[in-house]
Amino acid sequence: MRALDLIASRDPQVVEITLRAIFISLSSAFLAGVICIPLGGIIEFRRFWGKRALINLIQTFYSLPTVTVGLLVFLLISRSGPLGGLNLLFSPSGMIFGQAILVSPIMIGLTITALAGVGSPVRDTAKSLGATEMQIIITVIKEARVAVIAAVLLGFGRALSEVGVAMMIGGNIRGYTRVLTTAIALETSMGNLELSMALGIILICISLAVNLLLNRFQGRQEWRS
Amino acid sequence: MARNFLKMALVLMALSVLCSAAWAVDGERLKVATTTSLQDTGLLDLIKDKFDEKYNVSLDVVSGGTGIAIQYGERGDVDVLMVHDKERELKFIKDEQGLERRCIAYNYFLLVGPKDDPAGIKGMNASSAMARIMEKGLADPAKVMFVSRGDNSGTHAREKLIWKKAGYNYSAVNTSGPWYIEAGQGMGATLNMANEKQAYTISDMSTFMAYQGNLTLVPIIDGGSDLLNVYVAMAVNPKKHPNVNCKLANEFINYLVSDEGQDLIASYGTEKFGTPLFSAASGSCELIGCSAAECAVPTSASCW
Repeated sequence: MRALDLIASRDPQVVEITLRAIFISLSSAFLAGVICIPLGGIIEFRRFWGKRALINLIQTFYSLPTVTVGLLVFLLISRSGPLGGLNLLFSPSGMIFGQAILVSPIMIGLTITALAGVGSPVRDTAKSLGATEMQIIITVIKEARVAVIAAVLLGFGRALSEVGVAMMIGGNIRGYTRVLTTAIALETSMGNLELSMALGIILICISLAVNLLLNRFQGRQEWRS
Repeated sequence: MARNFLKMALVLMALSVLCSAAWAVDGERLKVATTTSLQDTGLLDLIKDKFDEKYNVSLDVVSGGTGIAIQYGERGDVDVLMVHDKERELKFIKDEQGLERRCIAYNYFLLVGPKDDPAGIKGMNASSAMARIMEKGLADPAKVMFVSRGDNSGTHAREKLIWKKAGYNYSAVNTSGPWYIEAGQGMGATLNMANEKQAYTISDMSTFMAYQGNLTLVPIIDGGSDLLNVYVAMAVNPKKHPNVNCKLANEFINYLVSDEGQDLIASYGTEKFGTPLFSAASGSCELIGCSAAECAVPTSASCW
């Protein structure tokens, strides 16, 4: 099969697209993680009016359509939009920004779930030792780190496999913003099915690798406890 | 405390966005929005390689239909447009969104369809052929179908123009029955769909030839002034959009209309398809309905 040949021969175009896709999605998962994990912590630990509704809303946004996010971010960062001056449209930074927004709900939501899973003894102990709220949150996040890492990896997976934001914000520019999913869309429409297939196989392999990594983490945790 | 954390997160977010923005502006970039036909055929990849090397810049090509390309131009998101819909081009210039219209290349649209030509349109002109397709399609939609781009592209605009010429109101045509299929996709995808359904469609010549290997459809009608297809480059007006890279945009357009650029366009495809996909605009200005000013070299647009 020619698709496998393309992978085996490390076709420079395929390698380049793959590395770019990983870089952009990792960056967006990292950016989203930096914001969403503390945010999830705050939502979980604070009591406030409408908390249940907020969490419901966040969970609804798990399946936010990628093209909708793409359109919103496009209007936001287009020259005529409010953030037009940043020159983000049709650039990798714009894609990172857009994908970070896309995966935020899933990260906040999963962080909340992860933290809720840590029993109250941990919290109570930290509190009785005189910890501030932030210290408690950090303690609990440490306790739930495997689940939190899982949230980040899931965000990475969603960013890597989505096509709406990548296409509308990145513009599928060769050698600049072309990533695995947009390349698959383009090559398929151009009738280059082997190349599409090769890129698809790579995409699946990355997902598999992420999953194995996740399992290893979780396995080690169980073995320790 | 929590507020501090939030502040920190916001600062971090701003920082990372700024950092990545700074990282993105290494070297000059020129953003070009193009119709799919120039990109999918590979012509712009070739032009990009030559132009990047010569001017030591990076040509960023965003491909979509003429409709979305003009949108990008009106929002100031790109520096140059390469499109093919005269009516909207003239409006773009009139609205002072663009500087000058420069004709760079031309070829013809083709009305392609199944080899056995179930509607029997061979030898007709484009508008009467479309009328016949509609008539036969309404009578027997299982046998005669038409796939439309349906995406506001230049090709779609031409299709509407032909319907108008044939005496039909487009909004009545596209809702008249199952024989009329709106793909809402690029030219390549539309050709593939027409091929699957063994339907007729209108395609620019270059995309059809680039995809021909995967298709059983054949050109049924070619040539004729109804099907003339002229590609145009326009720089986005810096008076409306001060951020555009007008200087480099003009340089790019000058490169396209230069002898070197025109040769590149006129010879592209000979190697792969045995015949060029586009004709150079220079020397045929009158034939393709462009004024002398629209073919003048170099472009006289100034950037203020």
